Amino acid sequence: MNTAPAQRAASATTAGQPYVRIDRLTKRFGDFVAVRQVSLEIARGEVFCLLGGSGCGKTTLLRMLAGFEAPTEGAIFIDGVDVTQVPPYERPVNMMFQSYALFPHMTVAQNVAFGLRQDGTARGEIESRVRDMLALVKLDGYEKRKPHQLSGGQRQRVALARALVKRPKLLLLDEPLGALDKKLREHTQFELVNLQEKLGVTFVIVTHDQEEAMTLGTRIGVMRAGEILQVGSPTDIYEYPNSRFVADFIGSVNLTEGTLVEDEPDHVRIECPQLGGTVYVDHGVSSPPDAQLSVAIRPEKIHLSRERPDQHDNVLAGVVAGIAYLGDATRYLIRLPTGFVLRVTAPNVFRREERLAHDDSVWLHWHASAAVVVTR
Amino acid sequence: MSGLADMLAQGLRRLGGAGVKGPLGRWLVIALPYLWLTVFFLAPFLIVLKIAFANIQLSMPPVEPVVTWTADQVLQLRLHFSNFTFVFGDQLYVAAFLNSLKVAGISTVLALLLGYPMAYGIARAPGAWRNILFLLVVLPFFTSFLLRVYAWLGLLGRNGPINDLLLGLGLVHEPLQMLQTDFAVYLGMVYSYLPFMVLPLYSAIEKLDLTLLEAAADLGCRPTKAFFTITLPLTKEGIFAGCLLVFIPAVGEYVIPALLGGPDTLMIGRVVWDEFFGNRDWPVASALAIVLLAILSGFVLLLQRVQARAGEA
Amino acid sequence: MPGRRSLFVLAALGFGFAFLYLPILAMIIYSFNASRLVTVWDSANSPTLAWYVELFHNAPIMGSARLSLQIASVNASGAVILGTLAAFALERYRRFRGRALFGLLTTAPMVLPEVITGLSLLLLFVALEQAVGWPGGRGATTITIAHITFSMAYVIVVIQARLATVDRSLEEAAMDLGARPWKVFLVITLPLIMPAIASGWVLAFILSWDDLVITSFVSGPSSTTLPQLVFSKVRLGVSPDINALATILVLIVTVCVVVAGSYMIRAERRRTRDAQAAFEPAP
Repeated sequence: MNTAPAQRAASATTAGQPYVRIDRLTKRFGDFVAVRQVSLEIARGEVFCLLGGSGCGKTTLLRMLAGFEAPTEGAIFIDGVDVTQVPPYERPVNMMFQSYALFPHMTVAQNVAFGLRQDGTARGEIESRVRDMLALVKLDGYEKRKPHQLSGGQRQRVALARALVKRPKLLLLDEPLGALDKKLREHTQFELVNLQEKLGVTFVIVTHDQEEAMTLGTRIGVMRAGEILQVGSPTDIYEYPNSRFVADFIGSVNLTEGTLVEDEPDHVRIECPQLGGTVYVDHGVSSPPDAQLSVAIRPEKIHLSRERPDQHDNVLAGVVAGIAYLGDATRYLIRLPTGFVLRVTAPNVFRREERLAHDDSVWLHWHASAAVVVTR
Repeated sequence: MSGLADMLAQGLRRLGGAGVKGPLGRWLVIALPYLWLTVFFLAPFLIVLKIAFANIQLSMPPVEPVVTWTADQVLQLRLHFSNFTFVFGDQLYVAAFLNSLKVAGISTVLALLLGYPMAYGIARAPGAWRNILFLLVVLPFFTSFLLRVYAWLGLLGRNGPINDLLLGLGLVHEPLQMLQTDFAVYLGMVYSYLPFMVLPLYSAIEKLDLTLLEAAADLGCRPTKAFFTITLPLTKEGIFAGCLLVFIPAVGEYVIPALLGGPDTLMIGRVVWDEFFGNRDWPVASALAIVLLAILSGFVLLLQRVQARAGEA
Repeated sequence: MPGRRSLFVLAALGFGFAFLYLPILAMIIYSFNASRLVTVWDSANSPTLAWYVELFHNAPIMGSARLSLQIASVNASGAVILGTLAAFALERYRRFRGRALFGLLTTAPMVLPEVITGLSLLLLFVALEQAVGWPGGRGATTITIAHITFSMAYVIVVIQARLATVDRSLEEAAMDLGARPWKVFLVITLPLIMPAIASGWVLAFILSWDDLVITSFVSGPSSTTLPQLVFSKVRLGVSPDINALATILVLIVTVCVVVAGSYMIRAERRRTRDAQAAFEPAP
């Protein structure tokens, strides 16, 4: 369901000049440090996702961007202007709240028009802009309804329209898809991306849902305990995690420890006692010899077969210990002779296949480029 | 309406300069009520304290000034502690204080015993009934307090319907003296303060999570035991609030003992009133008020704490 | 006892409500009794409306009622304005100097015995008069000031409770969209707490209308409120015109409560109907 993030990423980098610059932002609540020295650059027109578990500081960071929390240290620049001390009603930033925060005593049209009225926009212009925006979010005809007469998905669209109608430089979204059920979520993901591309507004999305981040974001920032651990495109984060935490946080992963036994500029070999073998990786690694490293292999990169495969490296034998049939793929737990259990995901390519069963013996193998060496 | 609001906001903004309800606006919001309360609630107590140290004299106001500037430029401060020694020394006043505490305490307990089941019944009633019952409890509160106490005057009189009933049923041979007794005072107290007990109790019981009781039943706890081990402790805050909301004002209650009580039901509210209006002894009345305030302040602070904790919940 | 209606609780409810309403009912019934002894039923001449007629011709009672009405209205408005400001300060401003004292000052008038607050206010007025010459004697002004001071505490409780339920993100959203704090208060917060303001006004009105002790301390020779008049009569014993007065008041209050109640029920029903409209397509 990915809507070509690669292309969007390209356009973001060509925009060049950082549109939003966050400089060593810190927020302390008493002794507790919620956001620690975060520096970030966001390009114009991109969709930046802050991804992290609860308590990692992503919402505090978002609220500082909006102006609801004053930073303890650091600065925020939007389009070159220092907005750190600017109150929320004077920033060119708008927010879509997690609870939507629709004014219950106003109609849909009045809600959407609210921001324009604060700016003193002419009444005729307000009417036409509200009408156009409601049509854009496919809510034309709903002008006179009140929030409690709308469904959850409809309320979200009103909240979105209300924030976007002011053509803000930056739109902040707090867990935008959290309150929606699965089907609606997929649909809304698609619509959000469409809208963003059409309007060219810079989005900053805060979420704990990795699927949401991967689908929506042109770039993702993984946060933990107030710090950003890694920033990159969804591909970068997923295929080249820079730490155990990031590797484990996104998707499933097989993580194991090993010692560097062969260190060449074009390949390395890592002895992994948990696997009971060595892992061959086809690129160099910059770390001292005999260093303790982590090796990460994604489940979908491991292939299963009944016969021993024809390659020399990256081959293991094991026994099927668990099967989870998911329709489009099957997840296996394979127990190695060492006792270690590997996760393997195999797509169900054929409808009628000789399926693996519990306690079957299998061979596992993966490509030389499949494993990622993680040093943190 | 929004157009008017816009104009109002514009006007206010121009008054306060940039960022109203920034520092200036915020200061105003706090200062206005604060000032009023300081002038008309806090400051008066200081004056009462001052008068409590004054001496009575035949004038209007019937008090000698406490601070005087004599002819030879001496600032004289005359504190008459005699008022306080009088108050503490006289058996009458001490008895009045103790009796007030006793009557207020018993009334509070009685109100709790009646009020808790009532609050429970209302909180557990099905939806539509709950609102109606709640309104029914609150309704008497809106009708005049004075008149409701007066109603008991009619009921409890020698010629009243209760005596008629008792005589008619043959339970007594001559009408009972119910007015001007302690019994009448307790009746009046519970009657008047019942809504003050029921409201916070209702609020606390309503917040109780029913699934807790279901879990207790599932684990084998009988309903009565569940009430004492789960419901009661979890509604503790409501109980404290209700009891304090009844006890504190009841100690200084005037109207009920004045109308329904007899010469034996000596309560401090009545004593203060009589000293002030009857004897025109403002210093003694003030001293009594100060002592009463001192006694009650501990309870008031306790109520503050209970309410603060409930607010955080 | 989920679901099960305990007999004990039902009995307590029944007894409690009977206890609350029997005296009021008796008072109403006796207002139609022709006998001047009130509780001795004069079956020959009753029921009668004679006392009601006498009531309306009773100039002092009518006059004091009018005064009480005036004072109560001014008091209610004043208490609501100050009370809203105070409730806002307590609920929205978490930390400011003297907050603890402020919290105490806004609770204490509600609980302290009226003899204390009444006495202290009178002494204040006397001292003020000696120092600056204002207020010139006690009367409607001093009564109103006194009433505002203590009814404000009740108003604050009502409004603060409602303010606490207002979703903060609504105010933040308004600010985010460009509204300055004053504007946010007027256009967003105020409409949402309007029911609480209305009930606060009514509550303050009733408290003032009904007050005796504080009023007695701070009133003057020319200002007699209705409760003062009633009290002076009632000290001497039961009196049938007071029964008539009581019945009228109970009637007014009941009508108001019923009207308010049915309005609330109708609003609730409309709300559930509207929520279902969410699933219907747009016109």
